[in-house]
Amino acid sequence: MLNSLGREIPEFIEGIGKMEPYQGALTKLRKGWMDEPTIPAPNKAYLPHQSKLCKTLEEAIIRSNPHNGMTVSFHHHLRNGDILLVQTLTILHNMGIREITLASSSLNECHDPILPYLKDRTVTKIFSSGIRSQLGRAIALGVLDIPVVIHSHGGRVRSIHTGKIQIDLAVIAASAGDCEGNATGSHGKSAFGSIGYAVIDERYAKQVIVVTDNLVDYPCIPLSISQNFVDHVVLVDSIGDASKIATGTTRITKSPMDLRIAKLAADVIEHSGFFVPGFAFQVGAGGASLAVAKYIREKMKAKGLKGSFLLGGVTSYCVDMLNDGLFETIFDVQSFDAVVSNSLLNNRRHIEIPAALYANPFNCGSITNKIDIVVLGALEIDVDFNVNVITGSEGYIRGASGGHSDTASGAKLTVVVCPSFRGRIPIIKKRVHTIVTPGETVHVLVTERGICVNPAYKELEANLRRAGLNIKNIRDLEIEVDTITGVPEPLQYTDKIVGIVEYRDGTVIDVIHQIKEK
Amino acid sequence: MLYIPGNNPAMIQQGGIYGADSILLDLEDAVALNQKDAARTLVRNMMKVINFYDTEVCVRVNHLSTPFGLADLEEIVPLQPSAIRYPKTESSEEVAELLKIIEKIEDRHGLPHNKMTLHAMIETAMGVQNVFSIASKFSRVDAITIGGQDLTADMNIIYTPDGVGIDFARKRIIMAAKASHIDVIDTVFPDVNDEDGLRKETEYAKKIGFTGKAVINPRQIDIIHEVFTPTEEEIRKAYHIVKEFKTNSAAGIGVFAIDGKMIDAPVVARAEYILKLANVTVG
Amino acid sequence: MKYHIGNYFIEIEDQWRHLKHHKSIKMKPKIAAQSGTFESSDVIFLIEPLPDNSGRKLEISSTVMQQFGTSFNRIVVEMLDYYELTDIHLIAKDKGALEPTIKARLETAIKRSLDQQEGTLK
Repeated sequence: MLNSLGREIPEFIEGIGKMEPYQGALTKLRKGWMDEPTIPAPNKAYLPHQSKLCKTLEEAIIRSNPHNGMTVSFHHHLRNGDILLVQTLTILHNMGIREITLASSSLNECHDPILPYLKDRTVTKIFSSGIRSQLGRAIALGVLDIPVVIHSHGGRVRSIHTGKIQIDLAVIAASAGDCEGNATGSHGKSAFGSIGYAVIDERYAKQVIVVTDNLVDYPCIPLSISQNFVDHVVLVDSIGDASKIATGTTRITKSPMDLRIAKLAADVIEHSGFFVPGFAFQVGAGGASLAVAKYIREKMKAKGLKGSFLLGGVTSYCVDMLNDGLFETIFDVQSFDAVVSNSLLNNRRHIEIPAALYANPFNCGSITNKIDIVVLGALEIDVDFNVNVITGSEGYIRGASGGHSDTASGAKLTVVVCPSFRGRIPIIKKRVHTIVTPGETVHVLVTERGICVNPAYKELEANLRRAGLNIKNIRDLEIEVDTITGVPEPLQYTDKIVGIVEYRDGTVIDVIHQIKEK
Repeated sequence: MLYIPGNNPAMIQQGGIYGADSILLDLEDAVALNQKDAARTLVRNMMKVINFYDTEVCVRVNHLSTPFGLADLEEIVPLQPSAIRYPKTESSEEVAELLKIIEKIEDRHGLPHNKMTLHAMIETAMGVQNVFSIASKFSRVDAITIGGQDLTADMNIIYTPDGVGIDFARKRIIMAAKASHIDVIDTVFPDVNDEDGLRKETEYAKKIGFTGKAVINPRQIDIIHEVFTPTEEEIRKAYHIVKEFKTNSAAGIGVFAIDGKMIDAPVVARAEYILKLANVTVG
Repeated sequence: MKYHIGNYFIEIEDQWRHLKHHKSIKMKPKIAAQSGTFESSDVIFLIEPLPDNSGRKLEISSTVMQQFGTSFNRIVVEMLDYYELTDIHLIAKDKGALEPTIKARLETAIKRSLDQQEGTLK
């Protein structure tokens, strides 16, 4: 069956269930409630002064009733420095556990070592916001029988509420924890800041293990993770490579191309009509998407303009803007460097938020509902403004849905920044390989060769033209890019579906097909 | 003016996106001696195919005394870039000879002699001495630039950030350009990370009369534009002056006052120049 | 000979105009020659003459082989055909060079291998 963006979606997938096709960004929200029933959280009782401490991770896992077909979950706040996911799966594999469903909030290059477990059916199903490196390539080539499910950060929360993801075991890494399982990521030698993605896991998992390399005296504050949801606590030597988790500060790019795009994007924002006192803002964590913040900061200072809050995906640059007094508050669901962790710990106005508050569409309104301006990146974008952030030009999975579609749906102004081509690969296409964020939620595309406004937003286009900006029709720009790079040969893929891309409301916005290796 | 090494395809293909007023595709000092042929062929191909949008394209060829200069001209002149930049110009005789060769190539291709212009680069003491005749004798020479690095080498002094060693040369070149009514462009500021230093040097350049400055990294472009572009305040004032002038002229009044200050012909001329820079016309 | 990509026509003939007057000389690569750099958006060509009747040996690798491999091949073959070059070993290492770059680098490598560089050091 075709969804409303013209993508072919199967009606049913073995191992996942019935597919509901995407029918518009706000269609399901308009009802005012979610049709799918939610599952109850686990029901437990513990005696007073019962010890939760385990000597090793293995002991904790044994105590948590591992079994074939179990779902095990992790958060990805440790980014590329994580070692626990690989350790946990290795322990489970060695115990003979098979047919595991892996529900990590995202997967990185550091998780490549689990590839053998995909090949030998230790892991048979994956829910994730993003997959990269060897895993992404292998999955695109068809290593798993059941397609992976790609969801947004908000969508993951929804899936856990509805029981689509039923977590048997949540392994929660924390940079500080106490013997009862109160834990946080905001301080400690491996501090990573916000632990926002793990909160839903601790509430719904049948068994929760907190793993820390820094056991503090009771109680561990702040109570980002709280003891009333934690079953076991383990002290290990290290939860990961601190140098890869959250290094120093995040630097603004020096790439002339990215800076140029960022400057143009800041001009667009300035003249959009949304650059007004009290605006709420979100930028990316690197490249052009972060560099926009530099130019916006300058413009805010020049105009004496103050915003209300920053949301993200928070880097030290955001902290600087908070400390400058340019914004009142930071809502932090993920922290990208040590300056951020520190600010989270010490500044009352730097607030840690869980993924549900950040982006779950099915509640009384997540913070993405209040965003005015968001700046996002793209791997590909098409002439209908649909954005691909999950598959690369050769068809491998090498990105993440993340907060992309969540923030785009809520923002009054969604600005996508990217070069018009990278190397020789066009980024602007007639049709993206995989849709993650639908074009109706994207207002402007800013490239180094021109700015394209979604024709649905006429007033915005008029504002930008009046400001003398270089506005081009996206179809013209696409043809221009084809002329520069040449038209690439189309990807060769099979009928086998290796991934489904969920929109934040649970509908299927696109599928990923198996790539034919040449 | 953004300098782009002629043997670097990645930089050339992005040359037009930075909003520079002009770019210089360099076949001379930025290209190794054994890659001169490769750069020439690459620049020729790129000029034919790549869209540089509103940015003017200039090409710096090698000096005719090198084995490469003539081949460069043979290849580049037919493409008629906005201008050809000639390095280490020392005398008007040199320029005359160069123009003769250019015109011969243009004749062979049926091209007019007055479209493409010439920028003379002054990079030697002799060039500084002869700059006025270089700047004034030929209608095709429409800009002079100073090459600070090579000039300090020729003078056997060390380049210092305060620019003291080449200050006389700068001013002499500027004067020659002004007397000849042509553009004059300042040398590059090599420290890409020193934004304050760049701003200071550019402000000085503007003060003493340069009409533009060379940049070696796109990050420097914004600062140059900020310094050289008239501010909103300046534009508004200039607009007011020119408007008053037009009104008064129509009424037959030559000299008038605004806010107690006398506005005569030189002030009006300056105001008109500012409006021209800002692309504003008085209706 | 016009080369059609999308809406763009690139005329090959006048690019090789000054090679044409060399056509009277038998075009046989004399020396091994190289052109291009290892930088992104560039391509390295290595041309090596082979003994008579060896044919053409082409080894092409590219970071964008899947997307542009066929068109890259075609450009190389067309240029070698036009120049009537046989009995050569050509190695190409491409890092996503655009068409004008590919053609420029190949032209330079060919000229150098024919020992007919114009205006450069030998």
